[in-house]
Amino acid sequence: MIGRLLYDVPRHALWLLGLVLVGLIAAPLFANDYLLTVLILILYFAYTGQAWNILMGFAGQLSLGHALYVGLGAYVAAALYVHYGIGPWIGLPVAILISVASGAIIGFLAFRFGVAGVYFAILTIAFCEFARIGFDHLGWLGGSGGMFLPVSNHTQNDLWHLRGQPVMFYYLILLLTVLAFVLCHLMLRSRVGYFWQAIREDEEAARSLGIATFRYKMAAILVSSAMTAPAGVFYAFYYNNLFPEQTFFILRSIEIILGPIIGGVGTLFGPVIGAFVITGLSEALQELLTLYGFDTPGAKRVFYGVCLLVVVMVLPNGIWPPLARLLRLGRRRDTTERQP
Amino acid sequence: MTALLEVANVSKSFTGLRAVADVSFSVPQGSLFAVIGPNGAGKTTLFNLIAGVFAPDSGTIAFAGARIDGLRPDQVCRRGIGRTFQLVRPFPTLTVEDNVMIGALLRHSDPPQALRRAHDVLWRLDLFDKRAQLAGALTLPDRKRLEVARALATEPKLLLLDEVMAGLRPTETDRMVEILKKLNGEGGLTILLIEHVMRAVMSLATHVLVLHHGAAIAEGAPEEVVRDPAVIHSYLGTEAM
Amino acid sequence: MSADIYLNVAVGGLLTGLIYGLMALGLSVIFGVVRVVNFAHGEMMTVAMYLAVILFANYGLDPLLMMLPIAVLFFVAGYLMQLGLINPFITRPEYMQFILLLAVAIIIVNGVLIVFGPDAQTVQTSYAFDSFAIGPLIVDATKLYAGLAALVVASALFAFFRFAPLGKAVRACADNQIGALVVGLNVKRLYALSFGLGLACVGAAGAIIVLVVDVTPPLGPAYTLLAFVIVITGGLGSMSGALIGGVLIGLTEAMAGLFFTPSAKSMFAFAILVLVLLFRPQGIMGQKLS
Repeated sequence: MIGRLLYDVPRHALWLLGLVLVGLIAAPLFANDYLLTVLILILYFAYTGQAWNILMGFAGQLSLGHALYVGLGAYVAAALYVHYGIGPWIGLPVAILISVASGAIIGFLAFRFGVAGVYFAILTIAFCEFARIGFDHLGWLGGSGGMFLPVSNHTQNDLWHLRGQPVMFYYLILLLTVLAFVLCHLMLRSRVGYFWQAIREDEEAARSLGIATFRYKMAAILVSSAMTAPAGVFYAFYYNNLFPEQTFFILRSIEIILGPIIGGVGTLFGPVIGAFVITGLSEALQELLTLYGFDTPGAKRVFYGVCLLVVVMVLPNGIWPPLARLLRLGRRRDTTERQP
Repeated sequence: MTALLEVANVSKSFTGLRAVADVSFSVPQGSLFAVIGPNGAGKTTLFNLIAGVFAPDSGTIAFAGARIDGLRPDQVCRRGIGRTFQLVRPFPTLTVEDNVMIGALLRHSDPPQALRRAHDVLWRLDLFDKRAQLAGALTLPDRKRLEVARALATEPKLLLLDEVMAGLRPTETDRMVEILKKLNGEGGLTILLIEHVMRAVMSLATHVLVLHHGAAIAEGAPEEVVRDPAVIHSYLGTEAM
Repeated sequence: MSADIYLNVAVGGLLTGLIYGLMALGLSVIFGVVRVVNFAHGEMMTVAMYLAVILFANYGLDPLLMMLPIAVLFFVAGYLMQLGLINPFITRPEYMQFILLLAVAIIIVNGVLIVFGPDAQTVQTSYAFDSFAIGPLIVDATKLYAGLAALVVASALFAFFRFAPLGKAVRACADNQIGALVVGLNVKRLYALSFGLGLACVGAAGAIIVLVVDVTPPLGPAYTLLAFVIVITGGLGSMSGALIGGVLIGLTEAMAGLFFTPSAKSMFAFAILVLVLLFRPQGIMGQKLS
């Protein structure tokens, strides 16, 4: 099966990938605390970016409200832990369920009624904003004052309750990112993946080939929202505090899409590369500014905007496609020989 | 010969404009059936009705004995009707191979198998050598053949071709005619085509239907139809009579 | 609560709604003609608001007087922006335009945060606390002036599109781009003109709304969303729809703020958006979408 998975990946690409993976696994041995938190942030966005990419890059539906799924996952897991002492691993399926349910509602409303393109994007923003304002009024979830998870002794790594040192969180998010990568790779070359791409390219033409577009678009939003929920659980237990104003803030949704857009929407490596580039650069910028005494919260975000602007104008398909061509990492085409 | 497609008293209007007016005809199994008529005669609307893009206002459409009017386009395709578009719609950022493979995935859910079927079709349509090219980068004749290949990959019993010769040079037209003759003759594929290029119609069609202002004004063998006064009138006007 | 209070709040909402309508009118013109989704619409409005604040704070210039110069400035900016930045994106996939303007929006909203800080800025004119008593109504002077100014600007725009040859040319361009090209209209220039006009509306609206609302950086994205809700509710491409939608939303906001908590105001706007998208996507005044 591994052979089937990798039959058209060029040899040197596999070596490169392996090298990067080894590097990432060994990173905590060489990285200081600060660098580790940056890496965690990078991997977090590599993960959420991949989840978002399924809906946009594969199925072609632009969601600008993905923070909704993160937030729902976070609040559900946090609430279960704070109010009932239920650990995050049990809370995870519940979080996924709630996220998927909201994805199903949005998807059904949008796709059944033909809400597409920019209208769909606005709909997703509206739902997330709805949650942001709504959660402010939910006292049981902390309201606008926030929900806090009890922080315990950090020297013990409690994997069951996700209480512990950053290293534990690092390996957790690394695992999630790798799993997401494998899943996306599998989906991309499955029947579903091809049908998604057909819908993305030309929905009417896809229909004329027998593809039940409503069903597959729903599948895309369900998978995407399901995949995003664990990031929410991670977020809740890593940061230990949730505020509706922050968790469902539109900037969160924008942060999620930065990686894939800069890296390359619809590609496998795009979201990961993009996350490394944008998060790495913006954190570096932030460090540089504080070093010189400029403590401006808006500067990092202006940087996001500028990067987005540059990419969209100069490299609309993202960094990955030209990079892949340069390093000759594209799909091997010579394996599809056929005897006439 | 049994009728594969039965169109009975089908009408369709768009905000006051009667695009298709009470059209009836049967497409026999194994035939090469051409629909001709001046621009705006309602030919593409007729196709869209058959393919499920719109539902008729009145009338019925039956395929292999079962009603298909009112079904969605993807349902119609699954029943066994493939179609091409007048303005070709390839999947531009995907390769030729992927384009056709997506068509093949309808009947073969295992991607490697679908790929093999796609290769078969590509060979038949003379596109195998270009299989790794991006569909968006193809020339128009190649795109037209890709469109046919992709629809063919869904293994239809009836293929709807909308002006597949438009924009082709005479040599390319002949090539396409050859391919279609083979598909119809050897493959037994029933083909319903809209065409303006009379050269292709005369050499291909076993039956011809003429539409004008949404209504059927003549039907029969090609030689008869082109001599029909009403047909000449519709194309050339009363002066020509 | 007495009926008077409802009436006063409603009238206040109506007047504010007129200004919203002017802002949305700008979006409608841009989308209707140039077919560009201006996701930075609200952010640009906050720039106009901040501009009015500076002019008032440093030079004592009344925003009502500054409405016209600011509108002209925004017109020029819009014209140049269309020619320079946006034009190449008209042929690109829709989501690319969206991201482009999203990037602009991010830069503006955070740029404004850096320059002006997060605190609210206000304009306190000499008549800020005046009000008119008309029967049972007590109308704020600021709201009345601002609302009327918005109405005047909107009417001028309507007249332009209805009667001026250039306005008709723009409408021709919106209806049928190829036809316009064939007839010899300079489509590129007309696009730039339309974008300029759209932003002029934003500039004017921003200048006068600062009399009624305090400006903070997050107001930008909030207004962008509001503009879209209004335009979609009123009917994309319909100018009268934009005004009607604006008034409707202004009223809804005001009444929602009265019956529920003020923070629930935007929830109602979103609820309306969802309902419109689902049941009447062409909006109140729009043509049925094919």
